[in-house]
Amino acid sequence: MGERLFVIGNEAIGWGALNAGCDAYMGYPITPQNETTEWFAKEFPKRGKVFVQSQSEVGSINIVFGAASTGHRVMTSTSGPGWGLMQEGMSHLANGELPCVISLVQRGGPGAGTTRHGQMDYLSATRGGGNGGYKNIVLTPASVQETHDFVQLAFYLADKYRNPVIVMTDGLLGQMAEPLELRKLDFGSLPEKDWAVRGRANQPDGVRRVVTAMQGLMPTPPHPPYAGFLDLLKVLNEKYETMKEAEARYDTYMIEDADLIIVAYGYTARVSKESLKIARKDGLKVGMIRLQAVWPFPYEIITEMASKGCRFLVVEDSLGQLLEDVRIGVQGKTGVHLLGALARHDPSDGGMILPDSVLTEIYRLME
Amino acid sequence: MKKELVSGLPKLWAHNPAERLECPGCQYPLITRIVYDVIDELGVEGKTILVNSSACGYGIVLTTSVDAMFPNHGQGIDVATGVKRLLPDCFIISFGGDGDVAAIGAGAFVNAAQRAEKYSMIMVNNGHFAMTGGQLAPTTLMGQVTTTSPEGRGPAMGYPARMPEMIATVQGTAYSARGAANNPANFLKTKKYVKKAFQKQIDNVGFSFVEFLSACPTGWHMTPQESIKWVEEKMIPTLPLGEFKDVDTLD
Repeated sequence: MGERLFVIGNEAIGWGALNAGCDAYMGYPITPQNETTEWFAKEFPKRGKVFVQSQSEVGSINIVFGAASTGHRVMTSTSGPGWGLMQEGMSHLANGELPCVISLVQRGGPGAGTTRHGQMDYLSATRGGGNGGYKNIVLTPASVQETHDFVQLAFYLADKYRNPVIVMTDGLLGQMAEPLELRKLDFGSLPEKDWAVRGRANQPDGVRRVVTAMQGLMPTPPHPPYAGFLDLLKVLNEKYETMKEAEARYDTYMIEDADLIIVAYGYTARVSKESLKIARKDGLKVGMIRLQAVWPFPYEIITEMASKGCRFLVVEDSLGQLLEDVRIGVQGKTGVHLLGALARHDPSDGGMILPDSVLTEIYRLME
Repeated sequence: MKKELVSGLPKLWAHNPAERLECPGCQYPLITRIVYDVIDELGVEGKTILVNSSACGYGIVLTTSVDAMFPNHGQGIDVATGVKRLLPDCFIISFGGDGDVAAIGAGAFVNAAQRAEKYSMIMVNNGHFAMTGGQLAPTTLMGQVTTTSPEGRGPAMGYPARMPEMIATVQGTAYSARGAANNPANFLKTKKYVKKAFQKQIDNVGFSFVEFLSACPTGWHMTPQESIKWVEEKMIPTLPLGEFKDVDTLD
């Protein structure tokens, strides 16, 4: 058993990165994820690793671009408006096929919204908030331990697919302290990063490398190999289709006999499970699908359960974003309901969706 | 007096069909050859990574034999930071246009110098956005006609940016200069500036920067001869050549 700590989710991101062999972190202060930036500032330089406090999130994501081009494991973290600033960079990382990890600790919006929790970046994270229709895996842990573990998984998946991977939590998971067991996870072997720049004298074959965000536009022999724009699109499409096939992740809880299935991720999944347990004691046949990744999305399980006549309750702290994916999965076969940000218990930005509200909604729907 | 080779292709100029990418009369190839020659003379070719983010400057990525990168417009400054931080023993050059450095990347530029990032930055200034068809840039001269200053730049559009003078005021900057290649003497002087700037990186002193005034006959709608005259009579009086900072320690 590894060393045990009692830490908050934002710090677990750092411990996960350390256990993944992350070499560098770049970040800019923004609430509610500052503990992550501060963790790296404290823990990375003393280990000989790189920490850069950038001048903006545009800076962070582009320093990540440069650092990832060297073949090292690198990451950044952000929230809310900072996530907005990173979108252009995300698109260029996708074009350049550069592996890296972005921790997105969601807060409320639009605009400054709230500096506290929220789940309002689902669509920009899963649809590619930047230009050009790229895709990236979005892992959604629901505990401090899972945050630590998923950061390691994210680095593995980023290297496997040569694509950015997002670990998306929220202000509550980021600020919540839980026990954490430090453990190094092994996901198997990965291909050599023979595409990375390191100076031609350091290239094993003595041939220069070119890393570019202009793939498809600029023919830069001998790397990358894409002769034209369509060649790039074909390669990206194949990559995205492979991810869709292989990387959907979810956890089910008592769905076998359920009449109503809650779909949630992150903090609202934790909340919903509390309500579900109480409802089950009352004999109500409620189950839950907890999403561990929201892209790719497990449409099949939703469609399968909808075909059996199950209704769905989406619990998410937004005005309905995950809701859209659940509706796609349901294909109009049954009803899909939303318990969203309007069900927050308090009108201030500290308001949250509490188990009581979820339970009331379950009773209302199952009467 | 030691004679220097000013004709023929530099060693780093890889022979491929992309050699003639620039418009006739463009001076980008002159700064490119200075950069290639200095890399060669300093013996750092094998560990050089060249980051270009200027649109017209893409020739430097295509024609060279060294490791190279082509990130998004304006982002070559931050990208170079990422590369240099992870590979401190490599020799990193960030190559940008005046749009990159003085406009979209100005915040990154100032902050790279403030953090004393240990790489070298070249800004090629042709006074406008050439690749996109000739729009006003922060460096555009007063009275200069561009597609977005059709009546000439007036005070309502602000005044020309003087980047080497500005960055010289930042403590993290080890070297800052402005050169040109309007004649062989200035070409050789500019090469000395570039060599000094690159040496600052090798000596790990701080951020080093050279601006290069570059004639753009196509964008300026002039003959190559007229464009050189424009550099001499219009650009240099506003943007004087010379060194603005040269220190061996930042403290």
